[in-house]
Amino acid sequence: MFPRIPMLSYDVVVVGGGPAGMAAAVKAKELGLSVLLLDENDYLGGILPQCIHPGFGLHYYREELTGPEFAARLAKRLVEVGVEYRTAARVIEIKNYSDREKVVVFTSPSGAYGIWAKAVIYAAGARERHAFEIGIVGDRVSGIYTAGEAQTLMDIYGIMPGREIVIVGSGDVGLIMARRFALEGAKVKAVVELMPYPGGLARNVMILRDFNIPLYLGHKVMEVRGRGRVERVKVVKVDENLKEIPGSEFWIEADTLVISAGLVPSVKKLKRIGVEIDPATGGPVVNEKLETSVPGIFVAGNSLVINDLVDYVAEQGELAARSAKEFIDGGGTESRRWVKVEKGENVRLVVPHYLSGDRDVYLYLRVSRPMEDVEVRIPEVGKKLRLPVVKPAEMVRVKLRAEEIRKEGKKLTVEVIRA
Amino acid sequence: MTTYRFTCIVCPLGCSIEVDVEKGRVKDVKGCTCPRGAEWAVQEVTNPQRIVMSVVPVDNGALPTVSVKTEKPVSKDRIPELMEFLAELRLEAPVNIGDTVAEWEGVKIVATRGA
Amino acid sequence: MKTKVAIIGAGISGASIARVLSKYENLEVHLIEKAPDVGWGVSKANTALIHGGYDDDPEKYPTRAKLCIRGNRLWHQWVKELEIPHVWNGALIVAFKDEDFDELERLLERGRKNGVPEMRIVGKDELFHLEPNLTKDAIGALWVPIVGQIGPIPAVIAITENAVANGVKTHLETEVTGIKVENGEVRGVKTGDGFLEADIVINAAGLYADEIARMAGIDYFEIHPRKGEYWLFDDDVQGPRRVLFPTPTPVSKGIVVTSEVSGHLMIGPNAQDLPPEEKGNLATTEEGLEKVWEGAKRLWPQLPPRSRVIRTFAGLRPEPTGGDFIIRAEGEVQGFINVAGIRSPGLTSAPAIAYEVVKIIQRDLGVKLVEKSKWNPHRKEINHFFMMSPEGVNEAVKKSPAHGKIVCRCNSVSEGDILEAIERMKFIGVKTPSVDSVKFRTKATTGTCQGSFCRPKIVQLLGREYGVEPWRVTLKGRGSEIGVGDVKVLLRGDA
Repeated sequence: MFPRIPMLSYDVVVVGGGPAGMAAAVKAKELGLSVLLLDENDYLGGILPQCIHPGFGLHYYREELTGPEFAARLAKRLVEVGVEYRTAARVIEIKNYSDREKVVVFTSPSGAYGIWAKAVIYAAGARERHAFEIGIVGDRVSGIYTAGEAQTLMDIYGIMPGREIVIVGSGDVGLIMARRFALEGAKVKAVVELMPYPGGLARNVMILRDFNIPLYLGHKVMEVRGRGRVERVKVVKVDENLKEIPGSEFWIEADTLVISAGLVPSVKKLKRIGVEIDPATGGPVVNEKLETSVPGIFVAGNSLVINDLVDYVAEQGELAARSAKEFIDGGGTESRRWVKVEKGENVRLVVPHYLSGDRDVYLYLRVSRPMEDVEVRIPEVGKKLRLPVVKPAEMVRVKLRAEEIRKEGKKLTVEVIRA
Repeated sequence: MTTYRFTCIVCPLGCSIEVDVEKGRVKDVKGCTCPRGAEWAVQEVTNPQRIVMSVVPVDNGALPTVSVKTEKPVSKDRIPELMEFLAELRLEAPVNIGDTVAEWEGVKIVATRGA
Repeated sequence: MKTKVAIIGAGISGASIARVLSKYENLEVHLIEKAPDVGWGVSKANTALIHGGYDDDPEKYPTRAKLCIRGNRLWHQWVKELEIPHVWNGALIVAFKDEDFDELERLLERGRKNGVPEMRIVGKDELFHLEPNLTKDAIGALWVPIVGQIGPIPAVIAITENAVANGVKTHLETEVTGIKVENGEVRGVKTGDGFLEADIVINAAGLYADEIARMAGIDYFEIHPRKGEYWLFDDDVQGPRRVLFPTPTPVSKGIVVTSEVSGHLMIGPNAQDLPPEEKGNLATTEEGLEKVWEGAKRLWPQLPPRSRVIRTFAGLRPEPTGGDFIIRAEGEVQGFINVAGIRSPGLTSAPAIAYEVVKIIQRDLGVKLVEKSKWNPHRKEINHFFMMSPEGVNEAVKKSPAHGKIVCRCNSVSEGDILEAIERMKFIGVKTPSVDSVKFRTKATTGTCQGSFCRPKIVQLLGREYGVEPWRVTLKGRGSEIGVGDVKVLLRGDA
């Protein structure tokens, strides 16, 4: 049944050495578990080392750091507490041998190994949507990059991807890349945004003003043409149903098209062992311990839900580690009556999906539409949280105390409505 | 008189601010809900400043570049000059996070990633 | 004194001809290709089928009809000798209404005439046994068990590697600009890199075969492109077991639903005739893709949400005047052999076309061919990480740790695989490093993320192995460089 490869044994295997994985590994070690952290890159940090802009750690370290600085702090802590880790190590399979025994098979330059683990914390991050997924047609030429790929080329490998850039998506990643391109001397011809409002935080939307970059709201890129390389890009206006308005097409000359159309959790390996996925988040259905539907498998970070603040990601990693400890110490898997968290008005997604009332919980949610002067409400327990503004791009975190959860037996509906 | 309209970035509230400027002097600031915001708004209009981050090529490191940032914000209109300055730099490993790798007009350029 | 042969075009036809001709001691074979790598023309984007041979009317298209079934049989041997990824899963030509059976009967009859074995009409019960998830509107089908699928560019690469191993000289990134004809005889080929002497010139130039023929003064046919568009889905989307066709109409074979060789659901192609000037028009269109979607839905109603698409692409077929393959030695220009208009079933027929060319050389050009005593029919495929067991990986890392290090995470392609691919690119003479050359040899960049994670790493490896700066590595040849320079190039004003 098992391949004849060297077998290792740890309490917890952490899949992914980005902020979620590192925070989880540190916490797990602090709690006295034996931990092995695996990351497929040659360096730890996940996506952080290429996010060279500030905005990381305001809550977690009470300092505003750049991505690589945040990663370095966590990595330092990792080394301080003595977490074992391997880089250039790619997990190729997770086997759910039983509730309390998992086998994680990974490959690395020194070969393939199997690990017996009592619990797995899955923190493998997310991937980006590509041009085909968003329906762009035309020529399949050089110069079409996802924002992350362009960022890797520039800010890890020191390669200038192009000179005249059109960016699809006005979320934070797209705007941040717009600034990177403009700073390094490229001409950003346009940011094209499907929605009638920009997707990113105000501090990033400001980038458009700083660099005189035209923003086309309510538009999309339909087509790319070019021989060998992008030469021009066709943009069209859309109506309130996001349908193309015939006759409104126009071309922009550019040699680079950067797609910043959102992230998708990377959870194929979990799907393969039957982990239930929430179609709204693209990530696993979890209880308040961030445990998936397969006992002993915990998830944190962008694999769970696409986050915007690395501080929440690290928090999720720590929670997963505490949950793994509880699980390994004999907790979990008893049957209990879980309270289901349902999405109410204007809530596009919310995690975790199941609560017990045994502990305080953070709910992480995103709204479907921007709104001002709202209340986040949970009517079954009378919870009301007033917020001045909510946007789909900004995850909302709501604390629920154990007593509040216990007020209700079956379900809790989270809704966001005008105050 | 000119009126500048923009969104405040000091906190997530994102107040819509209006600043009236006449003959180069700020006459009025409207829409802020806190003093930090008002202060930032005036700065934005009179002498907008930004932290600048970029990468610089490095020899003999694990990666071909080192990421850097200015230790404090610089005037927005001088950023192109700063970028020209950075374009001439070439570093040699080892470089540690926090090292000052260069200085420009009294502003330290600090490494944010090691090499 | 060897007879010099110049083959123009390293697609499936040219490469197959080169392989077969490499068996002969008294031939010096040159394979000329204008793209940076082999198989990047018509062979690059098609439905990748080894057809049965019932589709070609022997009266209207005698050459196609003859060579298709022959090619099908030969492929059984070639895929084994050359370790080409393939599957023999059979095809179902599906009937939706009673009248469709008339057409199926006609195809059956035609297939029998062409020598296609094992075909028969099946009813509903057997149909759903063969393909459980076929549309419930299907009432029967023509079942052709001998149909198969291959990877077309991997096939061209495998064939070329074998040809080169057996002495064929390749000239990649070399464009033919003229054919020298003196006293009604071919003398050689003018290229961008100089003049290549040749006693025999074989025109296997795909879309441009008419232009090459005209260079030799031969002008009786024209090639116009016929575009076909495709959708490819992620590998966790379920596809059919068999190759599914609708009952053909006089206009077209119809839109096909398959699980291509690496297991991805693929639908297409439509058929859009383009004028001869548009031989470079490979753009996908909203209308074309929509037509494909609608057509495929009829056979496979459970198409996934469109967001599950992993790639859309288009290919061009080289449609000749008259519609049949043009494979002959030209009387007016001694030594010039046309292998033109190799549209469907060109991929299927290719091995048979190669042997036909041998016949033509002997019979029509009067060249006596002497077989080599030592000719190696075998070529080994890269030992891919994704094919290895974990024990196999541990064996492989003893040779090089690169075999354990994953670069393309979506398809489990190791650094060892990529370095091996680069070795093989150099072996067949690829001069300009391209990500696509690595892609077609390893499958890197063809997975869920479409290269956004691994492409930068592949670019670094190609740059290192070819000794060029990473921004000069291309996607698919000159003019498609990954970057415009180092990150400061625009600020320096150097670009």
